[in-house]
Amino acid sequence: MATGVFSSTRAAIKERTLRTDRWWLQPAITVAVLVSFIIYATFRAFENKYYFTEPLISPFYSPCLSAACVEGAAHFGTPFSALSLFGFAISPALLILIFPLGFRLTCYYYRKAYYRSFWMSPPACAVAEPHKKYTGETRAPLILQNGHRWFFYFGLIFNIILTYDAIIAFKNPEGEWGHMSVGTLVLLLNATMLWLYSASCHTCRHTIGGRLRNFSKHPLRYKMWTWVSALNERHPVYAWISLIVVALTDFYVRLVASGTITNYYFF
Amino acid sequence: MARKVKMRIWRGDSKSGDFKDVTVEANEGEVVLDVIHRVQATQISDLAVRWNCKAGKCGSCSMEINGKPRLACMTRMNMYGEDETITVTPLRAFPVIKDLVTDVSFNYKKAMEVPAFEGPEDLKPGEYRMQQVDVERSQEFRKCIECFLCQDTCHVIRDHEENKKSFAGPRFFIRIAELDMHPLDRLRNRKKKAQEEHGLGMCNITKCCTEVCPEHIKITDNAIIPMKERVVDVKYDPVRWLGSKIRKREGIE
Repeated sequence: MATGVFSSTRAAIKERTLRTDRWWLQPAITVAVLVSFIIYATFRAFENKYYFTEPLISPFYSPCLSAACVEGAAHFGTPFSALSLFGFAISPALLILIFPLGFRLTCYYYRKAYYRSFWMSPPACAVAEPHKKYTGETRAPLILQNGHRWFFYFGLIFNIILTYDAIIAFKNPEGEWGHMSVGTLVLLLNATMLWLYSASCHTCRHTIGGRLRNFSKHPLRYKMWTWVSALNERHPVYAWISLIVVALTDFYVRLVASGTITNYYFF
Repeated sequence: MARKVKMRIWRGDSKSGDFKDVTVEANEGEVVLDVIHRVQATQISDLAVRWNCKAGKCGSCSMEINGKPRLACMTRMNMYGEDETITVTPLRAFPVIKDLVTDVSFNYKKAMEVPAFEGPEDLKPGEYRMQQVDVERSQEFRKCIECFLCQDTCHVIRDHEENKKSFAGPRFFIRIAELDMHPLDRLRNRKKKAQEEHGLGMCNITKCCTEVCPEHIKITDNAIIPMKERVVDVKYDPVRWLGSKIRKREGIE
């Protein structure tokens, strides 16, 4: 039986949408960017080399927690032994990527982006979706989207670690402080964008003050809530920029670590 | 300066219908509703259209123009190209009555399902006192003119008639958020009800409601997502739930 816009009581119009603008463009761009990122990130996560060169470490491999990490990359110890599966060494990146991946996968903005572009639910506003049934986020697995705050908390730990990585990039390859290279700027930019992405997050906005009923009783939290609210309006922008910057940061470290380019030192 | 414009206007009722092509004059500064009125006055005298204030405040003239849910009185004709044919249909999420008029009573039923404001027992209406900073979030949602464009564009019911039973829709999520954020409302189970009775979990935050709102209410960012987070507080966050049992915390109930 026909449902949705083709239900028997609704205006008998055979088109799925009568929109005349290029409504398909935005979901198409989203698919192109996200698929490109997924291909690159998957390749890099499994590549298991060129992720560290003093003092730069790729954000895909930080923190490097496996005994298999290259020398000098494990800034926080090696609680995991070198693992392998079917004779293949498991990349240290695979031990940690679930956290940033989970943070982005459950992000309220990315949910909108991929529900529209990948799942076409709906592909665009007032464009009929192809699915016969729809239950939203009421049952497994999508009910797990409610766990976004846990990934947010873990994301903060990662932000601290990646900020630490950016700070130690003020060393030279010999380990002496007081130097700065292009790599330092790249890692600083990456950490800054990740902080902006986390600070503008809807869960952050809720945690910092959104859950309160009386702002007047919590003036400091209210003030912070207004700041986070201002950032929150630009959350989609930070989501995209931080995603692209994290990939470019990894790419820069790869170029330096593989010897393709030299990390230029300003001083 | 007057120009001739081509329009395709849907005509029919709940049993059948089709598009009627018309060419009609449009003057500078006019909106789509003006031109529909001219069609009614000069060509199709029995064309049904619901309208009232012509100022974007009554929410009556909701329809779909070139496939987008819009208020006809707030859609200027100069948005469209000289040679463009403008297609006008009734709202496609609701049963059609005649031509551009739909039956929006679904929304009135859903409105009745949201428990009303319950003020403090020891205060009479008129004695309520609260600070501006505490009510301004709720005031954004009071701008709603009940045009139901958000309800119309929401794919949960637009594309799935069967979901109408269990889904209140964005207009009523802002109503629930307005009350849950209200400093004096004492009904404490709105979060759970939002999830269990009004279908908040059906929303997948694709933001079409926000995109079509003529009052520019940030429905998703300021009402639906905050309500989803409040639902997590009471239903899906064991740490917060435990904390609320040990030490009574504001907002967790």
